[in-house]
Amino acid sequence: MPERRFRKRTIFLLAYLVFALLPIYWMVNMSFKTNAEILSTFTFWPQHFTWDNYRTIFTDESWYSGYINSLIYVAMNTVISLAVALPAAYAFSRYQFMGDKHVFFWLLTNRMTPPAVFLLPFFQLYTTVGLMDTHIAVALAHLLFNVPLAVWILEGFMSGIPREIDETAYIDGYSFPRFFLTIFLPLIKAGVGVAAFFCFMFSWVELLLARTLTSVNAKPIVATMTRTVSASGMDWATLAAAGVLTIVPGAIVIWFVRHYIAKGFAMGRV
Amino acid sequence: MSTTTKPVNQKAWFLILPVIVCVAFSAILPLMTVVNYSVQDIISPERRVFVGTEWFAAVMRDEELHGALLRQIGFSLSVLLVEIPLGICLALAMPAQGWKSSAVLVTVALSLLIPWNVVGTIWQIYGRADIGLMGRALQQLGIDYSYTGSETQAWLTVLLMDVWHWTPLVALLAFAGLRSIPDAYYQAARIDGASKFAVFRYIQLPKMRGVLMIAVLLRFMDSFMIYTEPFVLTGGGPGNATTFLSQYLTTKAVGQFDLGPAAAFSLIYFFIILLLCFVLYNWMQRVGTQQPEVEH
Repeated sequence: MPERRFRKRTIFLLAYLVFALLPIYWMVNMSFKTNAEILSTFTFWPQHFTWDNYRTIFTDESWYSGYINSLIYVAMNTVISLAVALPAAYAFSRYQFMGDKHVFFWLLTNRMTPPAVFLLPFFQLYTTVGLMDTHIAVALAHLLFNVPLAVWILEGFMSGIPREIDETAYIDGYSFPRFFLTIFLPLIKAGVGVAAFFCFMFSWVELLLARTLTSVNAKPIVATMTRTVSASGMDWATLAAAGVLTIVPGAIVIWFVRHYIAKGFAMGRV
Repeated sequence: MSTTTKPVNQKAWFLILPVIVCVAFSAILPLMTVVNYSVQDIISPERRVFVGTEWFAAVMRDEELHGALLRQIGFSLSVLLVEIPLGICLALAMPAQGWKSSAVLVTVALSLLIPWNVVGTIWQIYGRADIGLMGRALQQLGIDYSYTGSETQAWLTVLLMDVWHWTPLVALLAFAGLRSIPDAYYQAARIDGASKFAVFRYIQLPKMRGVLMIAVLLRFMDSFMIYTEPFVLTGGGPGNATTFLSQYLTTKAVGQFDLGPAAAFSLIYFFIILLLCFVLYNWMQRVGTQQPEVEH
């Protein structure tokens, strides 16, 4: 019986993976074709294989600088999000204090504001403080949805750690910062990994705010890509190549955090 | 948040202060601006007239808004009904250890990392009957498929795209929740001779409650704000079949550069999400505490 279950699971998993990969395969497929081939014939693989689309992206500064800009503000955003979310999540998971439930829910409500609502106010605010078209502007704007998310995820993971661990550490004479960094943080590595991944991801794929707050110096790749839609019809091939390249940094990030997700908590190590 | 008794400590406020400062800068200030716009008729930056709740009344009476709202609720519920069970099944089926686990994790997460406008573009091609794999395949199966022609098919395509795009989020969260269950629980269940289903029902599901709540709420609010993907794929058509709330907001208000009604609409939209999430959040909190946790 265990064998039969195993097979059913594997078949389900494989079926899903095929479902998940086919659209991506189609994009990779397109990225090696010419525009003429994409639009004229139906082919399972490129008949006239070409690297031209990738060459365009790597040699044209307006393309590759988009990736650099995106990476800079995404990294800034992830670091700031985690730095402010970690202590807050600890407070929420360990203590009761005045208005704790209200503040927690208020944080979540920020995740619920459609970014379209904030476009104009953000534009005015950042123009006033002179941060327009800088990386930090986008990083700060993205805090709006990433900080609540990070607090939320981390709080969940922290609540899974028994409070006895904290108490034992305090009795043993650990100060709060030392306890937090040397004992608690390693215990919630999984949560930090998952939270970092989600911050990275949501900041990486966000288009509206990033496009509004930047023009030249900090223009992100997602905004650069919209350009292909407007200019002289659709440049499907270059768009597909750029799309393939946008997956790469995220895939690398998840490759690094996969152990944190997979290994889970190091329970019983203390 | 867990509802077990925790020590009262007002100093904990200092720990959440950084978060409050950050979010206040990027949320409260802009929100106040929106409130400010919503009660004025802005003819030009110099000429503004206070109109009170007039815009709110006008927006609330809008028939098209009601249609968009109903479509939106239907869509978000469908998203939850498909993605949550599918995500849980996926997490249960994913191998727990070894290179296979890593490979599956990375593969599953790929669709999350694609910028939203690219997602729409991929599916636009993917679903085309002449040059797209899915459109072509469905045509070969004898289905007269066209996401630009039929309202039902357009709606289903947007749903399928969302399932493809976002189920991994549910799966990853559920997977992380599953991995955090200590082995002792499974050993105890084995000693008790618990069936696979009992293990799922009394150990895995309660232990996943926290992450599943995140998954449900995230998917709910994000699907309620969906904009880029259907905009690129179908442009809201055919007819109004895939015009959801934020699309309606953008075409109706932002497109016409009318700040007052746009701001009023934004606030009402925000309150609808807020209200629904509040109900969902409290309901899920209650469901969780009523469930008997298995103690070992």
